[in-house]
Amino acid sequence: MKQDIILAGVGGQGILSIATVIGSAALEQGLYLKQAEVHGMSQRGGDVQSHLRLSSDPIHSDLIPHGCADLIVSLEPMEALRYVPWLAPEGWIVTNTAPFVNIPNYPDPEAVKAELNRFPHCVALDVDAMAQEIHSPRSANMILLGAMAAMLQILDPDKLRDGIRRIFGRKGEEIVTANIKAFDAGFASAKRR
Amino acid sequence: MAEKQLLLGDEAVALGALHAGLSGVYAYPGTPSTEITEFIQGHPLAKEGNVHRLWSSNEKTAMEGALGMSYAGKRALVCMKHVGMNVCMDPFMGSAMTGANGGLVVAACDDPSMHSSQNEQDSRFLGAFAMIPVFEPSSQQEAYEMTRAAFDYSEKRGIPVMMRLTTRMAHSRAVVTENPEYRAQNEMHTPAHPRQWVTLPVNARVRNRQLIKDYAAFEEDAVSSPFNALTDGPDHSLGIIACGIAYNYLMENFPDGCPYPVLKVSQYPFPRALARQLAGMTDTLLVLEEGQPLVEERLRGVFPTATRILGRIDETVNRDGELNPDAVRKALGLPARAEYPASQVVAPRPPALCQGCGHRDFYTALNHVMQHYPGGKVFSDIGCYTLGYMAPLNAVDTCVEMGASFTMAQGAAYSGLWPAVGVIGDSTFTHSGMTGLLDAVNAKADVTLCISDNLTTGMTGGQDSAGTGRIEAICAGLGVEPAHIRTIIPLPKNYEEMEKVIREEIEYHGVSVIVSRRECIQTAKRHAKKQ
Repeated sequence: MKQDIILAGVGGQGILSIATVIGSAALEQGLYLKQAEVHGMSQRGGDVQSHLRLSSDPIHSDLIPHGCADLIVSLEPMEALRYVPWLAPEGWIVTNTAPFVNIPNYPDPEAVKAELNRFPHCVALDVDAMAQEIHSPRSANMILLGAMAAMLQILDPDKLRDGIRRIFGRKGEEIVTANIKAFDAGFASAKRR
Repeated sequence: MAEKQLLLGDEAVALGALHAGLSGVYAYPGTPSTEITEFIQGHPLAKEGNVHRLWSSNEKTAMEGALGMSYAGKRALVCMKHVGMNVCMDPFMGSAMTGANGGLVVAACDDPSMHSSQNEQDSRFLGAFAMIPVFEPSSQQEAYEMTRAAFDYSEKRGIPVMMRLTTRMAHSRAVVTENPEYRAQNEMHTPAHPRQWVTLPVNARVRNRQLIKDYAAFEEDAVSSPFNALTDGPDHSLGIIACGIAYNYLMENFPDGCPYPVLKVSQYPFPRALARQLAGMTDTLLVLEEGQPLVEERLRGVFPTATRILGRIDETVNRDGELNPDAVRKALGLPARAEYPASQVVAPRPPALCQGCGHRDFYTALNHVMQHYPGGKVFSDIGCYTLGYMAPLNAVDTCVEMGASFTMAQGAAYSGLWPAVGVIGDSTFTHSGMTGLLDAVNAKADVTLCISDNLTTGMTGGQDSAGTGRIEAICAGLGVEPAHIRTIIPLPKNYEEMEKVIREEIEYHGVSVIVSRRECIQTAKRHAKKQ
C-alpha cells in the first residue's frame, strides 16, 4: 500500500510539524517514507509545500508525480488549490478555510471557497476557529492532522497520537495534552462528514 | 540491531561523516547545505570527539581550514551551497594540486530551479575542472554510505572528493539505516609527500602530470564502482543514462522495472567504458541528469556519431530547471497521467520580509530619503534584505553575489553616479564585504555604505554571524573616519532620526558607514522562549 500527500501552507504556519509527527509514526510502523521539504528563502512568508510519500514498499522519487496525490492537506485554502494538478482524480483535499492574506492581490475568499467546492472530495474546516474553541490557538496544525488522519488508511491514528507524544514530549505534558485534544477534535469532525 | 532514523539527505551526509571518524566540519551557511553542519553541531558524537564545528567566515576560509586539517592527517568535511564553490575556488583548485592527506570531502549542494539561489551552476563541472572525483548520491541511504566511502577513497587515492547534492536530495527525508561500526578519528600525521603541498611551479608541474595520470585511474575506479551500475533490459530500442537523483525519477515511471538498459551513474569521472557498453546495446541514448548537461555534452561530439543522443540540449528533457517524475515521463514518451488543470483562482505568493523585521524599517527610512535624490541607486547584496527589491518597498537596484554591494557602489560612484548607496547584511559583510570597504577607504570613494545588522545569518535560519558585536570596530579598523560611522535603530518611531543620519551621510562626500542594528525577529522570538 502507498499513500502520497501534499502538505501546503504559508511559511511559518507549521506544515513541517505535521510532517514530523507523520514521519515519527511511519518510522514506528515500519513504513517506507520520503518527504521533500522547502527551506531557505521561500520560508519567509511565501508559499511552502512538502511532498510526503508513505508506502509499505520502497519509494523511488522524492517528488510526487502529477495526478498521483491521494491527499492535499493545507493550512490555507488558496494554497490547497495551488497544488490541484498533483491531486489524483479520486484524491481528497483537506483544508483550513481561514485565509492567510499577506499579498495585495489575494483572490476573493468566496471565489476560493467556490473553487474548492468544485472538487468531489473536499473536507474544509475552519481550524483556526476550532483551535480558538478548544482554547488552544497554536494547535491548528494538529487539528488538521487529525482531520487528515481520518483519510489516511496507511497509518493507525493511535500511532499518530504516539507520534505527537514523542515529538512534543520534551515541551511538557500540558502541550502534549493540548495537541492530542486538537488532533481528536480534527479527527472527529472529519469523521462526521 | 542497526538503528533506523528519518534523515534529510544533508543529515545523512553529516551522519556518514561522523561515523567515518570526522575531526572537523568547516562551512558557511547556504541553502540547501546548511543542515549538514547544523546536524553535526547538535550531535553527541561531535561533542564527545571535540569535532571542530564553528561556522567559518566564508567558504574560502572554510576550505582552507579543512585543507589544513587534512594536511595534519585528520578527516575534514567542507560544506557549502553551489555558489559557495565560487568563493572557495582558489583553495579548492589548490587542494587538487596538494592532494589530501587525511580524508577531505567537499559537499557542494546545488540548487537547480533556483529555489533559494541566483543561478543553477552545476558543481560536477568543477570536479572535472579540478580533476577530482565526484560522488552523487541517488538516495539518502546512499548519501550516508557514500560519505563514509568518500573519506576512505580520499585517503586511498590521496585526493579530495566532492559530494554533489541537489536540493531534492539535500532537503528530502527518508529512512536511513546506519552501519554500527563507527570509525575512530585519525591520529595527527603529516603528509608522506610533503613537496606537493608547496605549489611552487617546480613542484606543481610534477604534481600536475601525476594528477593527470591519477584522473585516469579515478575513471577506472568509477567503472568498477559499486555506486555505478549497468543493468540490461528486454527492450533495446532505447538506452538510458541516469545520474544521481534522476535515477529515482526514471524508476518512478516504471514501477514494475525499467524495460530499457540503464546506466546508473553516481561516481565520476564519468565512466566512459560503461557508456560504450550501453551504446553497444542500442542506437539511441537518453541522458537524464539533474542540473546542466555535463554528461550529455561529453557524449555529443562535434562530428556525427552512430548513436543518437537525447537530453537537455535537444530539449527532450527541460533545458533548465530541476527534473521531476513528470519531466522524465515526458522525455520517455509515456502518456501523461490524468490531472486536474491548474486553478485560475490562485495568486503567486512570493517570499517577503517578516512583519516587524528591522530590514523593513531601514528600507522604509532609506526610501524616504532617496525620494529626494532621483539619480541615486541602491546596490544591495545577498541575504533576507535582498527581498527589499519586492513591492511595495522596491528599495533595491542590484544584487549579484556575496559582497558586490559595497564594491559595485564604488565603481558606480567613480563613474559619476550619486548618491551611490551600498546595503549589506552583517554576516555578508564579514563574509565578503570587509575587503571591499577597505578598497573604498583607500580610494576615498564618495559612497554611503549601510550594514543592516540583525545580529545573525537570517536567511538560512539564524546561524551565528562572525562579526557580531564588533561591526563598528571592524569599520574603524579598516580606516573609516569614526565621525562617519553612524549607528541607528530601525524602528518606526525612529524614522525621523534615521532619515536625518542617512541624509547627512549621503551629503558627506567620502566613505560613510551606517550601521542599522536590530535583532532578527525570528531569532529574538527564539531567544525570548529560551529565557
